[in-house]
Amino acid sequence: MAETIQLEVTRYSPEHDAAPALQRFEVPYRKDWVVLDALNYIKDKLDGSLSYRWSCRMGICGSCGMMVNGEPKLTCATFLSHYAPGAVRVEPLRYFPVVRDLVIEMTDFMVKLQKVKPWIIRKDEKSIADAEYRQTPQQLDVYKQFSMCINCMLCYAACPVYGLDPLFTGPAAIALAQRYNMDSRDEGARERMDILSQHEGIWACTFVGECTKACPKNVDPAGAIQQYKLTAAKEWFKSLLVPWGAK
Amino acid sequence: MTRHEAKGATQYTPYHPRWYRTRVSTYWWLWNWYYLKFVLRELSSIFVAYFVVITLLQIHSLGRGPDAYVRFEERMRNPLMIALNAISFLFVLFHTITWFNLAPRAMVAHLGGKRVPDALIACSNYVAWLGISAVVAWFILR
Amino acid sequence: MAEEAPKKFLEPLFWTLFSAGGVVAALLMPVHIFLFGLALPLGWLQDLSHGRALALIEHPLVRIYLFVFCSLPLFHWAHRFRYTLYDGLQIKHLNEVITVFCYGGAIIGTALAGYVLWSIP
Repeated sequence: MAETIQLEVTRYSPEHDAAPALQRFEVPYRKDWVVLDALNYIKDKLDGSLSYRWSCRMGICGSCGMMVNGEPKLTCATFLSHYAPGAVRVEPLRYFPVVRDLVIEMTDFMVKLQKVKPWIIRKDEKSIADAEYRQTPQQLDVYKQFSMCINCMLCYAACPVYGLDPLFTGPAAIALAQRYNMDSRDEGARERMDILSQHEGIWACTFVGECTKACPKNVDPAGAIQQYKLTAAKEWFKSLLVPWGAK
Repeated sequence: MTRHEAKGATQYTPYHPRWYRTRVSTYWWLWNWYYLKFVLRELSSIFVAYFVVITLLQIHSLGRGPDAYVRFEERMRNPLMIALNAISFLFVLFHTITWFNLAPRAMVAHLGGKRVPDALIACSNYVAWLGISAVVAWFILR
Repeated sequence: MAEEAPKKFLEPLFWTLFSAGGVVAALLMPVHIFLFGLALPLGWLQDLSHGRALALIEHPLVRIYLFVFCSLPLFHWAHRFRYTLYDGLQIKHLNEVITVFCYGGAIIGTALAGYVLWSIP
Protein backbone atom coordinates (compact mmCIF):
# COMPACT_ATOMS: atom_id res chain seq x y z
CA MET A 1 0.00 0.00 0.00
CA ALA A 2 1.51 3.28 -1.09
CA GLU A 3 -0.73 5.30 1.22
CA THR A 4 0.93 7.29 3.91
CA ILE A 5 -0.26 9.56 6.69
CA GLN A 6 1.47 12.52 8.29
CA LEU A 7 2.30 12.51 11.96
CA GLU A 8 3.29 15.70 13.79
CA VAL A 9 5.13 14.68 16.91
CA THR A 10 6.38 16.90 19.73
CA ARG A 11 10.15 16.82 20.11
CA TYR A 12 11.87 18.28 23.12
CA SER A 13 15.43 17.59 24.13
CA PRO A 14 16.27 19.48 27.32
CA GLU A 15 19.95 19.63 26.37
CA HIS A 16 19.36 21.30 23.00
CA ASP A 17 15.90 22.91 22.95
CA ALA A 18 14.44 25.84 24.84
CA ALA A 19 10.88 24.72 24.13
CA PRO A 20 9.05 21.76 22.54
CA ALA A 21 8.45 21.84 18.78
CA LEU A 22 6.53 19.66 16.33
CA GLN A 23 8.40 17.42 13.87
CA ARG A 24 6.72 15.93 10.79
CA PHE A 25 7.01 12.27 9.86
CA GLU A 26 5.51 10.35 6.94
CA VAL A 27 4.25 6.98 8.15
CA PRO A 28 2.61 4.13 6.17
CA TYR A 29 -1.14 4.17 6.54
CA ARG A 30 -2.67 0.81 7.48
CA LYS A 31 -6.33 0.59 8.38
CA ASP A 32 -5.65 -1.52 11.44
CA TRP A 33 -2.80 0.62 12.79
CA VAL A 34 -3.11 2.64 15.96
CA VAL A 35 -1.12 5.76 16.78
CA LEU A 36 1.25 3.63 18.87
CA ASP A 37 2.04 1.51 15.79
CA ALA A 38 2.90 4.71 13.95
CA LEU A 39 5.17 5.88 16.79
CA ASN A 40 6.89 2.48 16.86
CA TYR A 41 7.42 2.72 13.08
CA ILE A 42 9.00 6.15 13.52
CA LYS A 43 11.30 4.84 16.26
CA ASP A 44 12.24 1.70 14.29
CA LYS A 45 12.71 3.14 10.82
CA LEU A 46 12.83 6.94 10.84
CA ASP A 47 14.21 8.43 14.06
CA GLY A 48 15.41 6.17 16.85
CA SER A 49 15.78 9.08 19.28
CA LEU A 50 12.03 9.54 19.71
CA SER A 51 11.13 8.88 23.37
CA TYR A 52 7.72 7.77 24.60
CA ARG A 53 6.16 5.35 27.06
CA TRP A 54 4.23 2.22 26.14
CA SER A 55 3.92 -1.35 27.35
CA CYS A 56 0.97 -3.68 26.93
CA ARG A 57 -0.35 -2.14 23.65
CA MET A 58 -3.83 -3.33 24.59
CA GLY A 59 -5.30 -0.64 26.83
CA ILE A 60 -4.72 -2.12 30.28
CA CYS A 61 -1.35 -0.86 31.52
CA GLY A 62 -2.09 2.86 31.24
CA SER A 63 1.43 3.79 30.04
CA CYS A 64 0.76 5.22 26.57
CA GLY A 65 -1.43 8.22 27.40
CA MET A 66 -0.75 11.20 25.08
CA MET A 67 -2.60 14.09 23.45
CA VAL A 68 -3.79 13.10 19.97
CA ASN A 69 -5.14 16.11 18.03
CA GLY A 70 -5.68 17.93 21.32
CA GLU A 71 -7.57 15.14 23.12
CA PRO A 72 -6.14 12.86 25.80
CA LYS A 73 -6.05 9.33 24.41
CA LEU A 74 -4.38 5.99 24.89
CA THR A 75 -2.26 5.77 21.75
CA CYS A 76 -2.67 1.99 21.70
CA ALA A 77 -6.43 2.41 21.46
CA THR A 78 -6.62 5.27 18.94
CA PHE A 79 -6.84 4.27 15.29
CA LEU A 80 -5.10 6.24 12.54
CA SER A 81 -8.16 5.62 10.39
CA HIS A 82 -10.14 7.90 12.70
CA TYR A 83 -8.01 10.87 11.60
CA ALA A 84 -7.08 9.90 8.00
CA PRO A 85 -6.34 11.50 5.60
CA GLY A 86 -5.46 14.50 7.78
CA ALA A 87 -2.31 14.87 9.84
CA VAL A 88 -2.23 13.35 13.32
CA ARG A 89 -0.72 15.57 16.01
CA VAL A 90 0.81 13.68 18.93
CA GLU A 91 1.82 15.71 21.98
CA PRO A 92 2.77 14.82 25.54
CA LEU A 93 -0.03 14.49 28.12
CA ARG A 94 -1.32 17.94 29.00
CA TYR A 95 -0.83 19.66 32.38
CA PHE A 96 2.23 17.57 33.27
CA PRO A 97 5.85 18.76 33.03
CA VAL A 98 7.59 17.39 29.92
CA VAL A 99 10.79 15.46 30.59
CA ARG A 100 11.65 14.73 26.95
CA ASP A 101 9.69 14.37 23.68
CA LEU A 102 6.45 12.62 24.67
CA VAL A 103 7.54 11.55 28.17
CA ILE A 104 5.96 13.43 31.08
CA GLU A 105 6.87 13.64 34.75
CA MET A 106 4.23 11.83 36.77
CA THR A 107 5.58 11.98 40.32
CA ASP A 108 2.85 14.45 41.26
CA PHE A 109 0.17 11.88 40.49
CA MET A 110 2.03 9.12 42.34
CA VAL A 111 2.33 11.32 45.43
CA LYS A 112 -1.38 12.16 45.36
CA LEU A 113 -2.35 8.55 44.81
CA GLN A 114 -0.42 7.51 47.91
CA LYS A 115 -1.89 10.38 49.90
CA VAL A 116 -5.44 9.06 49.58
CA LYS A 117 -4.44 5.63 50.96
CA PRO A 118 -5.80 3.40 48.18
CA TRP A 119 -5.76 0.16 50.15
CA ILE A 120 -8.04 -1.68 52.56
CA ILE A 121 -7.74 -0.07 55.98
CA ARG A 122 -8.98 -2.07 58.91
CA LYS A 123 -8.97 -1.41 62.64
CA ASP A 124 -7.94 -5.00 63.30
CA GLU A 125 -6.58 -7.18 60.58
CA LYS A 126 -8.05 -10.64 60.42
CA SER A 127 -5.43 -13.37 60.40
CA ILE A 128 -5.50 -15.87 57.54
CA ALA A 129 -6.66 -18.56 59.94
CA ASP A 130 -9.80 -16.53 60.68
CA ALA A 131 -11.13 -17.15 57.15
CA GLU A 132 -11.49 -14.74 54.24
CA TYR A 133 -13.38 -11.41 54.09
CA ARG A 134 -16.71 -12.20 52.47
CA GLN A 135 -18.42 -9.95 49.98
CA THR A 136 -21.62 -10.45 48.01
CA PRO A 137 -21.84 -9.61 44.30
CA GLN A 138 -24.15 -6.70 45.22
CA GLN A 139 -21.49 -5.28 47.56
CA LEU A 140 -18.94 -5.64 44.76
CA ASP A 141 -21.17 -3.80 42.30
CA VAL A 142 -21.25 -0.74 44.54
CA TYR A 143 -17.57 0.07 43.93
CA LYS A 144 -16.65 -2.08 40.93
CA GLN A 145 -16.82 0.74 38.39
CA PHE A 146 -14.26 2.80 40.31
CA SER A 147 -11.91 -0.17 40.60
CA MET A 148 -11.42 -0.28 36.82
CA CYS A 149 -8.95 2.62 36.90
CA ILE A 150 -5.65 1.85 35.13
CA ASN A 151 -3.88 5.01 36.36
CA CYS A 152 -3.39 6.27 32.82
CA MET A 153 -3.84 9.94 33.90
CA LEU A 154 -5.94 10.88 30.85
CA CYS A 155 -8.43 12.37 33.32
CA TYR A 156 -5.74 14.70 34.70
CA ALA A 157 -4.97 15.83 31.15
CA ALA A 158 -8.66 16.58 30.64
CA CYS A 159 -9.29 18.38 33.92
CA PRO A 160 -8.93 22.19 33.61
CA VAL A 161 -8.97 22.55 37.40
CA TYR A 162 -5.85 20.37 37.64
CA GLY A 163 -4.25 22.43 34.90
CA LEU A 164 -4.97 25.68 36.75
CA ASP A 165 -4.20 24.41 40.25
CA PRO A 166 -1.57 21.65 40.36
CA LEU A 167 -2.33 21.16 44.06
CA PHE A 168 -5.72 19.66 43.18
CA THR A 169 -5.82 16.00 44.16
CA GLY A 170 -7.38 15.11 40.84
CA PRO A 171 -10.02 12.77 39.41
CA ALA A 172 -8.27 9.39 39.48
CA ALA A 173 -6.96 9.72 43.05
CA ILE A 174 -10.37 10.73 44.40
CA ALA A 175 -12.16 8.01 42.42
CA LEU A 176 -9.76 5.44 43.83
CA ALA A 177 -10.29 6.77 47.35
CA GLN A 178 -14.02 6.40 46.79
CA ARG A 179 -13.45 2.85 45.49
CA TYR A 180 -12.01 1.92 48.84
CA ASN A 181 -14.51 3.95 50.85
CA MET A 182 -17.34 2.00 49.27
CA ASP A 183 -15.66 -1.38 49.67
CA SER A 184 -17.50 -3.30 52.38
CA ARG A 185 -14.22 -4.71 53.68
CA ASP A 186 -12.74 -1.25 54.30
CA GLU A 187 -12.93 0.72 57.54
CA GLY A 188 -10.81 3.69 56.57
CA ALA A 189 -13.46 6.16 55.36
CA ARG A 190 -12.81 8.53 58.27
CA GLU A 191 -9.05 8.68 57.57
CA ARG A 192 -9.55 9.42 53.91
CA MET A 193 -12.23 12.00 54.68
CA ASP A 194 -9.77 14.14 56.63
CA ILE A 195 -7.35 14.11 53.70
CA LEU A 196 -9.89 14.68 50.94
CA SER A 197 -11.94 17.37 52.66
CA GLN A 198 -9.04 19.78 52.38
CA HIS A 199 -9.68 22.59 49.96
CA GLU A 200 -7.53 21.02 47.24
CA GLY A 201 -9.29 17.71 47.79
CA ILE A 202 -12.81 17.28 46.55
CA TRP A 203 -13.97 20.88 46.99
CA ALA A 204 -11.79 22.31 44.22
CA CYS A 205 -13.71 20.17 41.70
CA THR A 206 -16.37 22.08 39.77
CA PHE A 207 -17.87 19.07 37.95
CA VAL A 208 -16.60 20.00 34.51
CA GLY A 209 -17.06 16.33 33.61
CA GLU A 210 -14.25 16.13 31.08
CA CYS A 211 -12.45 13.51 33.16
CA THR A 212 -15.29 11.05 32.70
CA LYS A 213 -15.32 11.74 28.97
CA ALA A 214 -11.60 11.05 28.66
CA CYS A 215 -11.56 7.87 30.74
CA PRO A 216 -10.91 4.79 28.57
CA LYS A 217 -12.27 2.44 31.24
CA ASN A 218 -15.62 4.16 32.04
CA VAL A 219 -14.64 4.78 35.63
CA ASP A 220 -16.71 8.00 35.81
CA PRO A 221 -14.41 9.88 38.22
CA ALA A 222 -16.68 12.94 38.05
CA GLY A 223 -19.56 10.90 39.43
CA ALA A 224 -17.29 9.48 42.15
CA ILE A 225 -16.26 12.98 43.22
CA GLN A 226 -19.82 14.33 43.36
CA GLN A 227 -20.96 11.29 45.36
CA TYR A 228 -18.05 11.89 47.70
CA LYS A 229 -19.04 15.55 48.11
CA LEU A 230 -22.51 14.43 49.15
CA THR A 231 -21.05 12.00 51.69
CA ALA A 232 -18.65 14.61 53.04
CA ALA A 233 -21.45 17.17 53.39
CA LYS A 234 -23.63 14.65 55.23
CA GLU A 235 -20.75 13.80 57.56
CA TRP A 236 -20.11 17.49 58.19
CA PHE A 237 -23.74 18.15 59.17
CA LYS A 238 -23.76 15.03 61.33
CA SER A 239 -20.60 16.18 63.12
CA LEU A 240 -22.25 19.55 63.77
CA LEU A 241 -25.43 18.11 65.20
CA VAL A 242 -23.93 15.12 66.98
CA PRO A 243 -20.36 16.17 67.87
CA TRP A 244 -19.94 13.52 70.48
CA GLY A 245 -20.84 10.79 68.01
CA ALA A 246 -17.64 11.21 65.97
CA LYS A 247 -15.72 7.95 65.68
CA MET B 1 30.13 1.52 50.15
CA THR B 2 29.76 3.97 53.02
CA ARG B 3 26.31 5.14 54.08
CA HIS B 4 27.06 8.58 52.68
CA GLU B 5 27.81 7.18 49.22
CA ALA B 6 24.76 4.93 49.29
CA LYS B 7 22.58 7.92 50.12
CA GLY B 8 23.93 9.93 47.16
CA ALA B 9 23.45 6.98 44.77
CA THR B 10 19.69 6.71 45.42
CA GLN B 11 18.85 10.39 45.72
CA TYR B 12 16.11 11.62 43.34
CA THR B 13 15.71 15.29 42.49
CA PRO B 14 11.99 15.99 42.39
CA TYR B 15 12.01 19.32 40.52
CA HIS B 16 14.37 19.09 37.57
CA PRO B 17 14.97 22.59 36.17
CA ARG B 18 15.02 21.38 32.56
CA TRP B 19 11.46 19.99 32.59
CA TYR B 20 9.23 22.02 30.33
CA ARG B 21 6.03 23.37 31.89
CA THR B 22 3.42 24.95 29.66
CA ARG B 23 1.59 27.77 31.40
CA VAL B 24 -2.18 27.46 31.14
CA SER B 25 -3.53 30.47 29.25
CA THR B 26 -6.22 32.72 30.74
CA TYR B 27 -8.31 31.79 27.69
CA TRP B 28 -8.10 28.05 28.32
CA TRP B 29 -11.89 27.88 28.17
CA LEU B 30 -11.97 29.05 24.57
CA TRP B 31 -9.74 26.21 23.33
CA ASN B 32 -12.46 23.65 22.99
CA TRP B 33 -16.20 23.52 22.80
CA TYR B 34 -16.66 21.38 25.93
CA TYR B 35 -14.68 23.78 28.08
CA LEU B 36 -16.71 26.65 26.63
CA LYS B 37 -20.01 24.87 27.39
CA PHE B 38 -18.78 24.37 30.95
CA VAL B 39 -17.94 28.06 31.43
CA LEU B 40 -21.30 29.12 29.94
CA ARG B 41 -22.99 26.79 32.38
CA GLU B 42 -21.12 28.42 35.25
CA LEU B 43 -21.92 31.92 33.97
CA SER B 44 -25.64 31.07 33.98
CA SER B 45 -25.46 31.60 37.74
CA ILE B 46 -24.98 35.33 37.08
CA PHE B 47 -28.34 35.47 35.30
CA VAL B 48 -29.91 33.55 38.17
CA ALA B 49 -28.65 36.17 40.62
CA TYR B 50 -29.77 38.95 38.26
CA PHE B 51 -33.35 37.75 38.22
CA VAL B 52 -33.41 37.34 41.99
CA VAL B 53 -32.53 41.04 42.16
CA ILE B 54 -35.33 41.84 39.69
CA THR B 55 -37.76 39.81 41.79
CA LEU B 56 -36.70 41.67 44.93
CA LEU B 57 -37.19 45.01 43.15
CA GLN B 58 -40.60 43.86 42.00
CA ILE B 59 -41.69 42.87 45.52
CA HIS B 60 -40.27 46.12 46.91
CA SER B 61 -42.20 48.21 44.39
CA LEU B 62 -45.32 46.21 45.26
CA GLY B 63 -44.97 47.32 48.86
CA ARG B 64 -44.46 50.99 47.94
CA GLY B 65 -47.90 51.35 46.40
CA PRO B 66 -49.67 51.20 42.98
CA ASP B 67 -47.65 54.05 41.43
CA ALA B 68 -44.31 52.47 42.21
CA TYR B 69 -45.62 49.14 40.91
CA VAL B 70 -46.78 50.68 37.62
CA ARG B 71 -43.41 52.38 37.20
CA PHE B 72 -41.70 49.04 37.75
CA GLU B 73 -43.89 47.42 35.11
CA GLU B 74 -43.04 50.24 32.69
CA ARG B 75 -39.33 49.63 33.19
CA MET B 76 -39.84 45.92 32.56
CA ARG B 77 -41.42 46.77 29.19
CA ASN B 78 -38.29 48.57 28.04
CA PRO B 79 -36.91 46.69 24.98
CA LEU B 80 -33.46 46.44 26.57
CA MET B 81 -34.96 44.79 29.64
CA ILE B 82 -36.96 42.41 27.46
CA ALA B 83 -33.81 41.48 25.59
CA LEU B 84 -31.88 40.96 28.84
CA ASN B 85 -34.70 38.86 30.27
CA ALA B 86 -34.86 36.77 27.11
CA ILE B 87 -31.12 36.06 27.37
CA SER B 88 -31.53 35.29 31.08
CA PHE B 89 -34.34 32.90 30.26
CA LEU B 90 -32.14 31.00 27.82
CA PHE B 91 -29.25 30.82 30.27
CA VAL B 92 -31.48 29.67 33.14
CA LEU B 93 -33.00 27.05 30.83
CA PHE B 94 -29.43 25.91 30.09
CA HIS B 95 -28.80 25.69 33.83
CA THR B 96 -31.96 23.61 34.34
CA ILE B 97 -31.14 21.16 31.56
CA THR B 98 -27.48 20.67 32.54
CA TRP B 99 -28.44 20.39 36.22
CA PHE B 100 -31.02 17.65 35.67
CA ASN B 101 -28.73 15.77 33.28
CA LEU B 102 -25.88 15.78 35.79
CA ALA B 103 -27.91 15.20 38.97
CA PRO B 104 -28.13 11.37 38.58
CA ARG B 105 -24.32 11.15 38.68
CA ALA B 106 -24.20 12.77 42.11
CA MET B 107 -27.19 11.08 43.69
CA VAL B 108 -27.01 7.38 43.08
CA ALA B 109 -30.22 5.67 44.11
CA HIS B 110 -30.43 1.96 44.73
CA LEU B 111 -33.75 0.17 44.51
CA GLY B 112 -33.86 -3.45 45.61
CA GLY B 113 -30.10 -3.91 45.20
CA LYS B 114 -29.92 -2.52 41.68
CA ARG B 115 -28.85 0.96 40.74
CA VAL B 116 -31.65 3.11 39.37
CA PRO B 117 -30.75 4.06 35.74
CA ASP B 118 -29.58 7.65 35.24
CA ALA B 119 -32.19 8.34 32.57
CA LEU B 120 -35.00 7.54 34.99
CA ILE B 121 -33.73 9.97 37.61
CA ALA B 122 -33.22 12.69 35.03
CA CYS B 123 -36.71 12.09 33.58
CA SER B 124 -38.39 12.31 36.96
CA ASN B 125 -36.59 15.62 37.53
CA TYR B 126 -37.93 16.99 34.25
CA VAL B 127 -41.45 15.79 35.05
CA ALA B 128 -41.26 17.42 38.49
CA TRP B 129 -40.01 20.62 36.85
CA LEU B 130 -42.88 20.76 34.37
CA GLY B 131 -45.41 19.93 37.08
CA ILE B 132 -44.13 22.56 39.51
CA SER B 133 -43.93 25.19 36.76
CA ALA B 134 -47.54 24.48 35.83
CA VAL B 135 -48.65 24.84 39.45
CA VAL B 136 -46.77 28.13 39.89
CA ALA B 137 -48.16 29.53 36.63
CA TRP B 138 -51.68 28.51 37.57
CA PHE B 139 -51.33 30.11 41.01
CA ILE B 140 -50.16 33.43 39.60
CA LEU B 141 -52.54 33.62 36.67
CA ARG B 142 -55.82 32.14 37.93
CA MET C 1 -11.75 19.28 61.90
CA ALA C 2 -11.47 22.17 64.33
CA GLU C 3 -7.76 22.65 63.48
CA GLU C 4 -8.54 23.55 59.88
CA ALA C 5 -8.94 27.18 58.86
CA PRO C 6 -12.55 28.43 59.06
CA LYS C 7 -12.79 28.67 55.26
CA LYS C 8 -12.19 24.97 54.66
CA PHE C 9 -14.41 24.10 57.62
CA LEU C 10 -17.38 25.87 56.00
CA GLU C 11 -16.87 24.42 52.52
CA PRO C 12 -19.40 21.55 52.96
CA LEU C 13 -21.98 24.12 54.07
CA PHE C 14 -21.35 26.31 51.04
CA TRP C 15 -21.58 23.32 48.73
CA THR C 16 -24.88 22.21 50.30
CA LEU C 17 -26.32 25.71 49.88
CA PHE C 18 -25.04 25.73 46.30
CA SER C 19 -26.79 22.42 45.58
CA ALA C 20 -30.04 23.48 47.22
CA GLY C 21 -29.93 26.79 45.37
CA GLY C 22 -29.24 24.95 42.14
CA VAL C 23 -32.31 22.78 42.58
CA VAL C 24 -34.51 25.80 43.41
CA ALA C 25 -33.13 27.73 40.45
CA ALA C 26 -33.56 24.78 38.10
CA LEU C 27 -37.15 24.11 39.13
CA LEU C 28 -38.53 27.60 39.65
CA MET C 29 -36.45 30.18 37.79
CA PRO C 30 -37.54 29.35 34.22
CA VAL C 31 -41.26 29.79 34.90
CA HIS C 32 -40.68 33.00 36.89
CA ILE C 33 -38.50 34.60 34.21
CA PHE C 34 -40.92 33.50 31.51
CA LEU C 35 -43.92 35.00 33.29
CA PHE C 36 -42.51 38.15 34.88
CA GLY C 37 -39.68 38.84 32.45
CA LEU C 38 -41.31 38.05 29.11
CA ALA C 39 -44.99 37.04 29.01
CA LEU C 40 -46.46 39.74 31.26
CA PRO C 41 -44.37 42.73 30.03
CA LEU C 42 -44.93 41.72 26.41
CA GLY C 43 -48.67 41.49 26.97
CA TRP C 44 -49.01 37.81 26.05
CA LEU C 45 -51.07 37.31 29.19
CA GLN C 46 -53.56 39.42 31.08
CA ASP C 47 -51.76 41.98 33.23
CA LEU C 48 -51.26 41.35 36.93
CA SER C 49 -52.78 44.38 38.68
CA HIS C 50 -51.28 45.84 41.84
CA GLY C 51 -54.26 44.81 43.94
CA ARG C 52 -54.20 41.28 42.62
CA ALA C 53 -50.45 40.95 43.22
CA LEU C 54 -50.82 42.21 46.78
CA ALA C 55 -53.59 39.71 47.39
CA LEU C 56 -51.35 36.89 46.14
CA ILE C 57 -48.45 37.90 48.35
CA GLU C 58 -50.58 38.28 51.46
CA HIS C 59 -50.41 34.63 52.39
CA PRO C 60 -47.44 33.82 54.68
CA LEU C 61 -46.68 30.63 52.73
CA VAL C 62 -46.28 32.69 49.56
CA ARG C 63 -43.84 34.97 51.39
CA ILE C 64 -41.85 31.97 52.63
CA TYR C 65 -41.82 30.58 49.08
CA LEU C 66 -40.52 33.92 47.76
CA PHE C 67 -37.92 34.10 50.52
CA VAL C 68 -36.57 30.69 49.59
CA PHE C 69 -36.80 31.62 45.90
CA CYS C 70 -34.65 34.70 46.48
CA SER C 71 -32.22 33.38 49.05
CA LEU C 72 -31.06 29.94 47.93
CA PRO C 73 -30.31 30.81 44.29
CA LEU C 74 -28.14 33.67 45.57
CA PHE C 75 -26.01 31.18 47.49
CA HIS C 76 -25.92 29.05 44.36
CA TRP C 77 -24.56 32.04 42.45
CA ALA C 78 -22.08 32.89 45.22
CA HIS C 79 -20.43 29.45 45.21
CA ARG C 80 -20.41 29.03 41.44
CA PHE C 81 -19.17 32.55 40.75
CA ARG C 82 -16.41 32.19 43.31
CA TYR C 83 -15.03 29.14 41.51
CA THR C 84 -15.54 30.77 38.12
CA LEU C 85 -13.33 33.64 39.28
CA TYR C 86 -10.71 31.18 40.56
CA ASP C 87 -10.64 29.15 37.34
CA GLY C 88 -11.64 31.70 34.76
CA LEU C 89 -9.59 34.69 35.75
CA GLN C 90 -7.00 32.70 37.74
CA ILE C 91 -7.16 35.12 40.65
CA LYS C 92 -7.06 32.51 43.37
CA HIS C 93 -4.59 34.60 45.32
CA LEU C 94 -7.43 37.05 45.98
CA ASN C 95 -9.51 34.30 47.51
CA GLU C 96 -10.30 36.10 50.79
CA VAL C 97 -11.70 39.09 48.90
CA ILE C 98 -13.64 36.83 46.52
CA THR C 99 -15.08 34.72 49.33
CA VAL C 100 -16.28 37.75 51.27
CA PHE C 101 -17.70 39.37 48.12
CA CYS C 102 -19.61 36.27 47.01
CA TYR C 103 -21.02 34.89 50.23
CA GLY C 104 -21.34 38.35 51.73
CA GLY C 105 -23.41 39.36 48.72
CA ALA C 106 -25.62 36.31 49.15
CA ILE C 107 -26.09 37.02 52.85
CA ILE C 108 -26.95 40.67 52.17
CA GLY C 109 -29.41 39.59 49.46
CA THR C 110 -31.02 37.14 51.84
CA ALA C 111 -31.31 39.80 54.54
CA LEU C 112 -32.84 42.25 52.03
CA ALA C 113 -35.32 39.61 50.89
CA GLY C 114 -36.31 38.94 54.47
CA TYR C 115 -36.74 42.64 55.17
CA VAL C 116 -38.74 43.36 52.01
CA LEU C 117 -41.03 40.38 52.47
CA TRP C 118 -41.58 41.17 56.14
CA SER C 119 -42.40 44.83 55.60
CA ILE C 120 -45.05 44.46 52.91
CA PRO C 121 -48.50 45.29 54.36
